[in-house]
Amino acid sequence: MVAALKRPGLSRGALGALIGAAFGFTLVVLLRKASGLPAFQTEQTGYPQVIVPLITGPLGFLVGLGAFDYWFRWASGAPTIPEDHSSHGAYSWKDYFRFNTDHKVIGIQYICTTFIFFFIGGAMAMIMRAELAQPGTQIVEPGTFNSLFSAHAAIMIFVFVIPVFAGIANYVLPLMIGAPDMAFPRLNALSFWMLPIAGLMFVGSFLCPGGAFDAGWTGYAPLSTGAPLGQSFFNLGVQFAGASSIATALNFLVTIITMRAPGMNFWRMPLLVWANMSTSLLVVAATPFIAGVQFMVLFDRALHTNFFQTLNGGDVLSYQHIFWFYSHPAVYIMMLPGFGIISEVISTHARKPIFGYRLMALALIGIVVLSYTVWAHHMFVSGMFAWLRVPMMITTLLIAVPTGIKIFSWLGTLFGAKLHLRSTSMLFALAFIVTFTMGGISGVMLGMVPIDIHVSDTYFIVAHIHFVLFGGSVFTIFAGIYHWFPKMTGRMYDEKLGRWHFWLTLIGMYGTFLPMHWIGMEGMPRRVADYSAQFGNWNLLISCFSFLLGAAQLIFLYNMIVSWRWGPLAGDNPWRAKTIEWLVSSPPPVFNFDEIPRVVGGPYEYGVPGARHAILGPSQAEVGAPEPAVAGAAGSRSP
Amino acid sequence: MTRATLVRLIAAIIVLTVVTAVPMTMIHWNGTEASTQAHEIDTLLNVMIILSCFVFSIVIVMLGYCVWKYRVKPGDESDGEPIHGNTRLEIAWTVIPTVIVLFGAIYSWIVLGDIESQASDALHIDVTAQQYEWTFNYPQPDGKVVSSKTLVVPDNRQLSLHLTALDVLHSFWVPEWRIKRDLVPAGPGGNDVDNTVVVTPDKVGTYNVVCTELCGFGHSTMRALVRVVPTAQYESWLKRQPEVTPSPGSPNGSSTGTSSQESADGGTTTTTPSTTTPAAPGSSSDTTTGSS
Repeated sequence: MVAALKRPGLSRGALGALIGAAFGFTLVVLLRKASGLPAFQTEQTGYPQVIVPLITGPLGFLVGLGAFDYWFRWASGAPTIPEDHSSHGAYSWKDYFRFNTDHKVIGIQYICTTFIFFFIGGAMAMIMRAELAQPGTQIVEPGTFNSLFSAHAAIMIFVFVIPVFAGIANYVLPLMIGAPDMAFPRLNALSFWMLPIAGLMFVGSFLCPGGAFDAGWTGYAPLSTGAPLGQSFFNLGVQFAGASSIATALNFLVTIITMRAPGMNFWRMPLLVWANMSTSLLVVAATPFIAGVQFMVLFDRALHTNFFQTLNGGDVLSYQHIFWFYSHPAVYIMMLPGFGIISEVISTHARKPIFGYRLMALALIGIVVLSYTVWAHHMFVSGMFAWLRVPMMITTLLIAVPTGIKIFSWLGTLFGAKLHLRSTSMLFALAFIVTFTMGGISGVMLGMVPIDIHVSDTYFIVAHIHFVLFGGSVFTIFAGIYHWFPKMTGRMYDEKLGRWHFWLTLIGMYGTFLPMHWIGMEGMPRRVADYSAQFGNWNLLISCFSFLLGAAQLIFLYNMIVSWRWGPLAGDNPWRAKTIEWLVSSPPPVFNFDEIPRVVGGPYEYGVPGARHAILGPSQAEVGAPEPAVAGAAGSRSP
Repeated sequence: MTRATLVRLIAAIIVLTVVTAVPMTMIHWNGTEASTQAHEIDTLLNVMIILSCFVFSIVIVMLGYCVWKYRVKPGDESDGEPIHGNTRLEIAWTVIPTVIVLFGAIYSWIVLGDIESQASDALHIDVTAQQYEWTFNYPQPDGKVVSSKTLVVPDNRQLSLHLTALDVLHSFWVPEWRIKRDLVPAGPGGNDVDNTVVVTPDKVGTYNVVCTELCGFGHSTMRALVRVVPTAQYESWLKRQPEVTPSPGSPNGSSTGTSSQESADGGTTTTTPSTTTPAAPGSSSDTTTGSS
């Protein structure tokens, strides 16, 4: 028992959390006593005796877990081994429940953790749809309803979609570029362990007096600055999720820039690598803004600052500007990695090179640049400086161009293909193209100020974001999970169950979110627990389809769990794909490669006779030198 | 691809565009049009629906064709033709969408200018929102105001609505008017917020003001009645209303630019009974709406 508490691990982490929280709590009480104040402050927004332990507790947990052990030893001058692999790799299931520096373990940890939050957030959506099945109040009070949709969105965005992409890329990306691990494995592990902290804060806020945060995931001031204690849990949860995100993005950037295998120049990187590089550029520059603005709200609440307190000269609209300066790039943070996954899946199952590979990569960069210039299209009706609307409208519509390039290039890839539909991942990829096109079209409409004035803050918005986030991002997540499941587990999932999951998800998704466009245009505002009776029938239909959608995800869960344990062995390369991760065993060895692979051609050389992307092993040394190759042209030069 | 296939595909795209666009432009998605602004916005929407149907048809037809034509027979493990790209095609699908969206942007810009053009004889009304009710003040020439919980307005005259919130953000939306704008709490000395929105109702009827910015647990029932009536009826209604002296910071007062330091006490929810209107005071409930 004592030994377990001395060793880095979850037990010591729990002890650290307790000590950290107790330290924070005592500090607050003692300082307040010393100042002659009552020990506890229970004003609606204050609660320092809760907020401070909410910061010190998680830090104590991370210390106890062992996240800082190596750095502490190094800083204190104690002997350290630079190539310390003691916390690397998984040899039993227990190794997934500790501080682990292996990118493959971290990838699995990310994916499993985020899917737990996906099901929690999904259950909240089910409760909401049950409430909305009829006009009036039946199941939850309006205040609870506000908490539910706020927590649903926060959980899905901050601890599901954004990090699950980080998880998939964590697993796949180092393998794809021929690297033994990420550039900073200890930072990588720390990034992961900050994530469940954020998720637990979002979920745990339901235990607060006054309920969970209820100002929406957007947390607009001044509703959020005056909200009950739960709002502070949101403010702090975002800090941990954001720090996790930023650290991972830095890690990806350094890994991609410095650790590619010999011969892999930028024009030989698979598009998933391009996509994650673009995403990381967005995360690194944009995420500090939401961290900052949530701190400003927290300070307004706890420290009586006046960033957004109008009565004292604060400015409410600046909250929205800072918030959306992150949160619009965030929608691309939630989409670009999916674009990368779709490119991998489509070229593999169409047995064709990606059509217009270079333009595909440049389109990603174009989206990155443009996405910083469009944030105020979320504020067309906010009362902001009116002139700003027109330039923001033009940039918003222009961002459809690089997005369109991607759609058309995927269609070009399918043209003349040898199309295999045997994999569920390909079904999700094709459905993604249709659904995302529709989400993109409604996005263009929303970009037009006169149309946006009418449909802003209605169910049309709810429909649009679910078309791009469920029909877009989540479909690509499923495509990615199915695509790399054999690589991650060494086993094959059940395609029959995969098909059931796909078709029920597709039907459920369209039945749920398509009619939302119509009721929104006709006058149903979003974020309402109750609505006008004229929308009753449509909402009943939507609720029924949403239950189907929810039930379909249980098939996925069952399929994944059972196949991971009992699925048939998959082999190294079941899809006969060309990228490097398929050259190693499934699952890959602890350090990925016995020898560093050498890249000799583009990543998608399907149908080019004799073409190869990469070579493992010492033979054929004559093709090892990096070549200034055009994607595609290089392949024909290798034997 | 042969020329005949190309012609067939283009034909299929055009047919699908027509088949989807015709019914979609015939449906009144936005419901009743009850303002001059609504007509222009709905026309813009219909133009966009046609363009969207065209783009969507391209994607659907090409995707459907590829899945139908190129799906392999079981056992065929060969690779597709190694086509790496086509520069002319790639330029085309960069340039053409750019032209389309720029057309949409310019068209929207023109519509935006039209729907926000100010009339000289606009009727000034101060709209004040607070959790969870609306107050509409009609400034009178003598400096007093008529205060109402129902928005009663004349037909065919531009309204200039000056919007203020007393506590948190709210949003003013009458779906049949297609006009929406957030109400932002003002600080001392006002704030740099575009708080005036214009709309010209052109259809007599009863509608709802719907709050569309999350404002707390009562958000979903924060409604007010709107009655658009002929001008003569409006004038007589206005005469019947008692006038009150505006007091700063209260919803009954003029809400433009006056100091709102006093509104710190927030709860100015009471209005004198005399200001209630002939319309049902319980305007927050879902009563009849103008849309069908």
